[in-house]
Amino acid sequence: MSKMHVTTTVNGDTVEFLADPRETLLDSLRDQLGLTGTKEGCGTGDCGACSVRLDGTLVCSCLVLGVEADGKRIDTIEGMSEDGALHPLQRKFIEHAALQCGFCTPGILIAAKALLEENSNPTEEEVRYWLAGNLCRCTGYDKIIRAVMDAAAELRQEAA
Amino acid sequence: MAKDEFKEYRLVGTRPDRPDGLDKVTGRARYGADMSAPGMLWAAVVRSPHAHAKILKIDASKAEALDGVKAVVTRADFPTGLTGEEWNLQENTMAGEKALYDGHAVAAVAATSKLLAEEAARLIEVEYEVLPHVIDVDDAIKPDAPVIREGAANASVPEGMPPNVVQYLDFGRGDIEAGFAEADLVSEKTYKTEATHQGYIEPHACLGQLGEDGKGEMWVCTQGQWFIRKMCSDVLGLDTAQLRVTPSEIGGGFGGKTTIFMEPLSLALSRKAGGKPVKLVMSRSEVLRATGPTASASMDVKIGMKKDGTITAARAEFRMQGGAFPGSPVDMALYCCFAPYKLENVQHIGYDVLANRPKCAAYRAPGSPMGAFAVESLLDEMCRELGVDPMEMRLKNAVVEGDTASYGPKYGSIGLVETLEATKAHPNLKAELGPNQGRGMASGYWFNHNGETSVSLAISEDGTAQVSIGTPDIGGSRASIALMTAETLGIPYEDVRVNVVETGALGVNEPTHGSRATFASGKAAVIAAGQAIKEMCKRAANEWGIDPEAVEWADGAAQPAGPNAGKFPPMTIAEIAGKMGSTGGPISGHHESVPEGVGASFGCHVVDVEVDPETGHVKILRYLVVQDAGRAIHPSYVEGQYQGGAAQGIGWALNEAYIYDENGKLQNSVFLDYRVPVASDLPMIDTVIVEVPNPGHPYGVRGVGETGITPPLPAIANAIQAATGARLHDLPMSPPKVLAAIKAMG
Repeated sequence: MSKMHVTTTVNGDTVEFLADPRETLLDSLRDQLGLTGTKEGCGTGDCGACSVRLDGTLVCSCLVLGVEADGKRIDTIEGMSEDGALHPLQRKFIEHAALQCGFCTPGILIAAKALLEENSNPTEEEVRYWLAGNLCRCTGYDKIIRAVMDAAAELRQEAA
Repeated sequence: MAKDEFKEYRLVGTRPDRPDGLDKVTGRARYGADMSAPGMLWAAVVRSPHAHAKILKIDASKAEALDGVKAVVTRADFPTGLTGEEWNLQENTMAGEKALYDGHAVAAVAATSKLLAEEAARLIEVEYEVLPHVIDVDDAIKPDAPVIREGAANASVPEGMPPNVVQYLDFGRGDIEAGFAEADLVSEKTYKTEATHQGYIEPHACLGQLGEDGKGEMWVCTQGQWFIRKMCSDVLGLDTAQLRVTPSEIGGGFGGKTTIFMEPLSLALSRKAGGKPVKLVMSRSEVLRATGPTASASMDVKIGMKKDGTITAARAEFRMQGGAFPGSPVDMALYCCFAPYKLENVQHIGYDVLANRPKCAAYRAPGSPMGAFAVESLLDEMCRELGVDPMEMRLKNAVVEGDTASYGPKYGSIGLVETLEATKAHPNLKAELGPNQGRGMASGYWFNHNGETSVSLAISEDGTAQVSIGTPDIGGSRASIALMTAETLGIPYEDVRVNVVETGALGVNEPTHGSRATFASGKAAVIAAGQAIKEMCKRAANEWGIDPEAVEWADGAAQPAGPNAGKFPPMTIAEIAGKMGSTGGPISGHHESVPEGVGASFGCHVVDVEVDPETGHVKILRYLVVQDAGRAIHPSYVEGQYQGGAAQGIGWALNEAYIYDENGKLQNSVFLDYRVPVASDLPMIDTVIVEVPNPGHPYGVRGVGETGITPPLPAIANAIQAATGARLHDLPMSPPKVLAAIKAMG
């Protein structure tokens, strides 16, 4: 099957690649662009490890085709810290020991950032339901929820 | 260390950032599937769609005709003549004469792209003769069950046993019948648990390369790089030392990544493709169909109890299937199930049974959760019948140091009573319960483990230290080992770098399993640091012109041991290290052993549930984990182990199960259908770290990873009865089953 030319913006940089029309955005990111921070846990949109933003919308990149990224903006975990400074969510995850193996962490951070942009003051229940599409098998979620709530509090303080 | 000599340390017991935290929140950490190599091929595996079938013919000609397909392998590409567990591993990696379960690998292909490899795999034609199959353990143990494999039974199995029984256990002590005769109440019930999967979010992945000369390399997500090296070498007939295995970061294992599944296929394909590196990454469906779930179990338990709660005798008869190969953890289930109780009269019977399912692998405290489900459930039912408080029953029968365990050995220092007392004192036990709500409690046990361990430590030129360990870091063990090393050397935590190294860098290490990493690699690192300290004291003594015995190490510096040693200012680690080249060369330490002094760990969980009487849905309202850690080196990661274990146990109790259709085909091989707990299913999980130091470890460590998955299964069953009056004897306690149990009461 002949490949298609894709031009897209990833973490602020314009990139081009040739995508097999059957290839997922997840595979394009990982195998074409070398951005392996986005993980595959299931390939069926059930685990959230491959979460990225597509024109700002939170998506499972395993359910998007690489060619669909043409002309769009993609944000991945590799672009989450700015100018060497970690995003408060990233810092709080380390501080709260909110990761054990760390494999689900990139997807959870991307999803949590999308939540806090939409709702700066979520309740514990709102965080739990927002992250219900991101599986973590190590932590039992306790420290993840605390880290997200704490990052939200810090961001609110910064904004005030 | 006696229980009352509880030391305060400078670093041990603090909560610094983990050394690998930054890499893991930025996406930089490299896991199994994140590595590529120049000239790399991608592999895909052809798997049996049948539960049990004779393989008549494999035709790969259409696949091989595709442009870009570089190699196809079948069992014919593997050496013959293997026996025992080596044969089992080879047979599980690639089916020989028969496919033994739905998902069993029958062929593999390597091609220039992932999509091409998948397309080629679909073109490989396999002709099967479907055979009768058996899935359930109670069916598999019947005398007329389909025979999975002739001659698989070991010497423990007496003549005349059903054909799928491959191991038989019978052990105990005392007079079991006399014990039951003393009891005021004797109860006997049957309990069943379904197979569940470890459910690590990272699928198995490896990048293997093997040349015509038998030299190879592998990058792989694993709990144990030496196990991978040995097992791949055995299966492929290689010299072990010629294979170099580098562990990637690991996206969860829970026991499931202590063995091989598809790793030899990448090496076999590489060799056939002229030594090109071959990357093989499993899909989630492959993970669920063909990698180690745990065993399913059918268990009869009989217990005698006096009116005051004293247990007079106990008997367990467990049947477990661990797939189409020997190795279900029926032995460990039996060892653990009565471990919290003083028993004079006890009998254990076990059957390891073959069935047409994937080869089971270790899963967090292998066997212990099933046994606990049966025993802790029955004890709760009996307490209810006799009107005995379940906590008082546990305290009355609790084992203490010096007692003989139900399974034979004498307990050293243990903290069961302390754990139960801490549970009793927790405010969760006083929380008010509303309608349809109930509270349940259960205990759990894990031995903890030592295993072959080899660690090297080297002081750098600036006085910082590197530690090379062989146990992959799954949940923060780099942090705990850095803390203990820095504590011992008297230097800042940040001055220690802990590296998980490849097989070429150390002697053989067992995997990160059995809750051993912080105990065993940690103990070895402390001993190695002690050797480096001794050498640094010697260097200082030489410089000062005094006897090395007159130098002691304190606060990261060599110091004269007393006024008689002479008056010298402390010589810091940086000063000594800076001169190492002219004072005798590199300064290092190395320790290898199977470290003695393992300390067992008991836990007690208390759960409050609310049961919806209309749907049977069970909601977890509160959850408490209390467990003896010995000493918590980094308390946050100890809590993390407790919480993670509890969450897995909750999933096992309420949702998770392998579901097969009438053809023996797995029906729920994606995460949508194999539903693990999600964030909205759980409350915060409260933890209490009990610290009864293990005298066998320099900082008192016991090991914390496994006990926590054990109590949730029975604790939730006990809570459901408290809430509804209905008793569930089968897992999972899913809404339809809970509803049926409520309705059955009328």
